[in-house]
Amino acid sequence: MTHSEPLLEIHDLHAGIDGTPILKGVDLTVMPGEVHAIMGPNGSGKSTLAQVLAGREEYAVTGGTVRYRGEDLLEMEPEIRAREGVFLAFQYPVEIPGVSNTYFLKAALNAIRKHRGEKELDAVAFLNLIKAKMKLVKMDESLVKRTLNEGFSGGEKKRNEIFHMAVLEPRLAILDETDSGLDIDALRVVADGVNALRAPDRGFVVITHYQRLLEYIVPDVVHVLVDGRIVRSGGKELALELEAQGYGWAEDQSADALAAPGRERTTA
Amino acid sequence: MTTAPVDLKHTAPFVADWTALDGQLNGAQPGFVKALRRAGIERFQALGFPTPRQEAWRLTNVAPIAGTAFHRPAAAPAGIGPEDIRPYVYDGCARLVFLDGHFAPALSDMAGLPAGVTASSLADAIRAQPALVEAHLARHAGLDHPFVALNTAFVRDGAFVHVPRGTVVETPILVLFATTAAAAPTVTYPRLLVVAEAASQATVIEAYAGLAERAYLTCPVTEVVVGAGAVVDHYKVQKESVAAYHVATQQIHQDRDSTFDSHAVLTGGGLVRNDVRTVLDGEGGHCTLNGLYVVTGAQHVDNQMLVEHARPHCTSFELYKGILDGRSRSVFNGRIHVHPGAQKTDAVQANRNLILSAHAIAHSNPQLEIFADDVRCTHGSTVGELDDDAVFYLRSRGIGADAARSILTYAFASDIVDRIKVPAVRTDLAAFLFDRLPRGEVVREAV
Repeated sequence: MTHSEPLLEIHDLHAGIDGTPILKGVDLTVMPGEVHAIMGPNGSGKSTLAQVLAGREEYAVTGGTVRYRGEDLLEMEPEIRAREGVFLAFQYPVEIPGVSNTYFLKAALNAIRKHRGEKELDAVAFLNLIKAKMKLVKMDESLVKRTLNEGFSGGEKKRNEIFHMAVLEPRLAILDETDSGLDIDALRVVADGVNALRAPDRGFVVITHYQRLLEYIVPDVVHVLVDGRIVRSGGKELALELEAQGYGWAEDQSADALAAPGRERTTA
Repeated sequence: MTTAPVDLKHTAPFVADWTALDGQLNGAQPGFVKALRRAGIERFQALGFPTPRQEAWRLTNVAPIAGTAFHRPAAAPAGIGPEDIRPYVYDGCARLVFLDGHFAPALSDMAGLPAGVTASSLADAIRAQPALVEAHLARHAGLDHPFVALNTAFVRDGAFVHVPRGTVVETPILVLFATTAAAAPTVTYPRLLVVAEAASQATVIEAYAGLAERAYLTCPVTEVVVGAGAVVDHYKVQKESVAAYHVATQQIHQDRDSTFDSHAVLTGGGLVRNDVRTVLDGEGGHCTLNGLYVVTGAQHVDNQMLVEHARPHCTSFELYKGILDGRSRSVFNGRIHVHPGAQKTDAVQANRNLILSAHAIAHSNPQLEIFADDVRCTHGSTVGELDDDAVFYLRSRGIGADAARSILTYAFASDIVDRIKVPAVRTDLAAFLFDRLPRGEVVREAV
């Protein structure tokens, strides 16, 4: 594996929904093995970025490029992105009554394996795999056997997302506010799961509203997203500054730093 | 009472056919059957075919039926063997098979039923146990429905199931009415009479099949009499040809503390109408009426439900779900009628429709008629499309777009599928859905 090639390269990404611009020029490069945290106030475009990367069609990309392992990510259908190794842990995982969590995961994993030219797993091999993954992310067997997210608590849904991630073994995992609404125990389970999956060839984009998560998942880089742009990037200490001083501080800093190019972009 | 114009042109061929049959029978039937037939044809003649001007037929136009010259097969066709009906029978069931309206003993198998239980052709029962048949036949399905009147006018054969007091029948009884290929459009008038005496229990599967894709009319009437404390599990599996007309009435009469659970699986037929009526006529009765219709192309399916709570402390539960594709149409009219004095009624009704195509239309109309003051009645109806969020969620895990939509469609139907207690019927429905849905092999793996 080569570590010199970026896993994800976002350049000047513009996107919006229903004609309203939300992302206004995002630049972000994630190398294999790195964990990037994206923080920002409500409405800054964090979830939009996650949805756009996963291929949600409701969002229109109006400019910029996204390359994933050298390929044009925006050209790929959502399922192709997943099969190529992009995983989105949803902020609000969908309840799907009537679909078994386990069987669904088997179908998903086999779709991914088939795409990669790997042999599909039979029932026994799959069962062994999920047992190991359940242990890895401390997932309760009763949740695994239930229907997909139906009647799960908020915390259980988030843990199930991490469980899916563990089974599907993505190359790039995007966690969209996976920590929101979790108590400290659930937060630890989620963080332990992510940490267990950290690997030299795997990258993470961890979107969060709170610094707290970053005590458990220690990022390599922290970015601050405000009004559709990354206004600051730094080490993990940046998260602490944000926590202490609020986003207003980062916003003010950005206004000075980015005023000129920002104006250029809007008039271009 | 609605008075609709009677078009003699349309009833005349049926009346002529009745006269021919009557002459042919020439007193072979007991007097009570002859009297029923006469009452039936007279009522049909008076009512005529219903028109869209009548409220109950507003959205289902039977003019194509009235305008077709049907031929009533005089005998069972030759050359139909077990292989021909295999797709429509279930393992582990006793079975009565009817071909083009005629009992086919060679294809039927009543072995394994407990002593005292009757499962036979209605013609045989009329000969062997006339008093028992007379006590129940046409006592429940009223002739004010033109198609009930028409069916009754041609009562000759059909199926009769009788479970004596306290007897439990473990083996499900399958009654299959199959229409075979014929040159001209054919008509059959299947009749099914189920009498479950007090504290008895039985499972009856009423199945309809079209062995060839051509136009014909099936006009069945089913009467189920559920005695005090008796339990009847009923299934209707309708797999008519998509070119066929199927206009059916199912009338249930429930005594105290009885349970009637029915599941309808409606996938066939071009023009389908089901009138399902239950009278809870004793305290403590319960009925479940579940159904799933899966239609596409130009299929039209109309379910007219009526649950009559005539006594206190009865419960009813109705869940009908529809999956509509192509240019298909569905009508659901769910009436719950609570009689004066039927206190502590607990009635739940829901109709949920999933629309897969921009050209399909589902009509849903719940109606509550409540004449008692201490009751709980709830109803809900929805018509919707697949949830985009859910489709995206599945795709984001690597499931293809078609497979994601199919998984969600299956999931929509799954609560009806899962409630089917006879494994063979449940598996058959699941297999149908896997077959019908795009990328069904992925669905099969995922659910």
